[in-house]
Amino acid sequence: MAFEILEPGLATTVQDRGRFGYYNVGIPQGGAMDGLSAEMANALAGNTPAEAVLECTYMGPRFRTDRDTVIAVTGAPVDVKVNGGTRGQWSRLELAAGDEVAFGILQGGTRFYIGVRGGIDVPVVLGSRSTYGLGSIGGFDGRPLRAGDLVPVGDSAGPSGGREPLQEIDPGLRPRFEKEVTVRVMPGLYDHRLTARGMETLLNSIWTLTPVADRTGLRYSGPEVEWQPRQQPFGAGSDPSNIVDAGYAVGSIQIPGGKEPIVLHRDAVSGGGYAMVATVISADMDLLARSAPGTKTRFTPVGMEEALAARAEQRSLRARLWGAGA
Amino acid sequence: MTAAAAGTTARYTWGGDEFLFVEIDEAMSLAANFRANAMASLLDLDKIDGITDICPANASLLIRFDPDVLAPGELEERVRRIEETVARTAHPTLDTRVVEIPVWYNDPYTNETAARFRANHQRPEGTDLEFAAQENGLSSVDEFIKRHYGSPWLVSMVGFVAGLPFMFQIVPQEQQLEVPKYLSPRTDTPALTVGHGGCFACIYSVRGAGGYQMFGIAAAPIFDPAQSLPDFKEFMVFFRPGDIVKFRPVDEAEYRKIQDEVEAGTFRYRQAPVQFDLQRALEDPAGYNREILERLNGI
Repeated sequence: MAFEILEPGLATTVQDRGRFGYYNVGIPQGGAMDGLSAEMANALAGNTPAEAVLECTYMGPRFRTDRDTVIAVTGAPVDVKVNGGTRGQWSRLELAAGDEVAFGILQGGTRFYIGVRGGIDVPVVLGSRSTYGLGSIGGFDGRPLRAGDLVPVGDSAGPSGGREPLQEIDPGLRPRFEKEVTVRVMPGLYDHRLTARGMETLLNSIWTLTPVADRTGLRYSGPEVEWQPRQQPFGAGSDPSNIVDAGYAVGSIQIPGGKEPIVLHRDAVSGGGYAMVATVISADMDLLARSAPGTKTRFTPVGMEEALAARAEQRSLRARLWGAGA
Repeated sequence: MTAAAAGTTARYTWGGDEFLFVEIDEAMSLAANFRANAMASLLDLDKIDGITDICPANASLLIRFDPDVLAPGELEERVRRIEETVARTAHPTLDTRVVEIPVWYNDPYTNETAARFRANHQRPEGTDLEFAAQENGLSSVDEFIKRHYGSPWLVSMVGFVAGLPFMFQIVPQEQQLEVPKYLSPRTDTPALTVGHGGCFACIYSVRGAGGYQMFGIAAAPIFDPAQSLPDFKEFMVFFRPGDIVKFRPVDEAEYRKIQDEVEAGTFRYRQAPVQFDLQRALEDPAGYNREILERLNGI
């Protein structure tokens, strides 16, 4: 079966949990930016957490299904319309062959997810179905969807192993889409290159997410951050924020020229010549992905132990979605 | 044993709960890059559960791991042991290959792009090559191009975007070509542009943004997602860290001929296996480079 794309939306891509093991040649992990919301869409559609979903940015697609199926819409708040009638997010939606699905205007956040029984069934490239647009690999022909695309959907006998799919996500478990967020970071990497005052500015200021935010990274505006002047080492650029080009951690924060910190996200460039001074902990990457431009953001420092505790907490939340068997 | 006595002087730091970063040296050098690559190779051989990515860079190493499988402290200990092993290696060598990359220097594609972004440039009049020649105190563009292809380059890192090689020329530091990046990055760079920023050369694997000066265009792909060319049968990315690159200047006629071969699916890079010896490269770069390049003869 397939979804026929009538209107593509602004940037609708196929994503799963990502592509690991190729960062050493510059191919990023990719995968759903808001991983928890994507996983919830799969849970509702009766899939495993590994199936591919559609990630919709700001403006969703309009599409028609050619078979009876089950979908679920999760993530940023948006009106879901089936044949013009309004339906809810965070719950199982049954569709009949020929039904048309469309979306209203986003009421917060940035991205929402469409899960479908059987998953989006594009070819697996280097271990993943995720779209890597810059390299034109994965997803649907390595690019965002266009009108007229027939997006293949997997066998709806499905791989869920006979487990009864969830009817809806408990409101207490649903992610929130807020205008003010606190993001936990681990200082490190080249943090010694900032002055003490520079680090204080990074950790004590309120940063505003600019519209320059995509799958590669998010840029924030705020005060200038002070770097330590130095005689630059051979091969590093001339600015104090430059280093000899190195690998970039996903989630790391760089502050080119001391202005407008950039946090790298799932489609990160894998390396470059700007010093990183802290890294968003893995448990808070989804939170960043949910931020809309204008979101007031604080970066609060934590250590490895707290980061691992937050990660364990995330894991147990996810386990609740899948029950004891998963 | 102290770290200094063991010759282990790298700096270890965490990039959040999933990345360990090992800085071999603040400055770029062949020796630092060699150590990063040697550590990456040994770590890869160990096949440690919980390590997902091993990314050697110019003078550092980035390791991604799953802390649910491999505790951060244990990972650090394993990597430190590998650093000691590498430091003890009296005579470091690298089993690699030398590859010939045909380049059309001073081509119309990159020159046209450079002209469109002249407002971002240190030298708004002229071309990137004229700027690079001047920055390096060379009398002409031709002389700069000769220096660029005259000595081979070591692929010191692959990344930024899919398959993009960073290269460091195998010459003494005082002979390194150094050119600053654009004042602000371009929003467009032709695919296969041969670029330069600081002391590093690169080849842009895909079209996109970029800040390196542009000197020419490589004639054949280095990233082939469709894997249609024989050199890409195993993997869609051509370059690996440690590759030795010899640029060969070609004119328009030869560039077009190579393009036809690419189109026909018959193009193959000239390449030969080589064992790269760090000490010899440092002691007699000119002589050793000649020896390496001879490997390409008859291929």
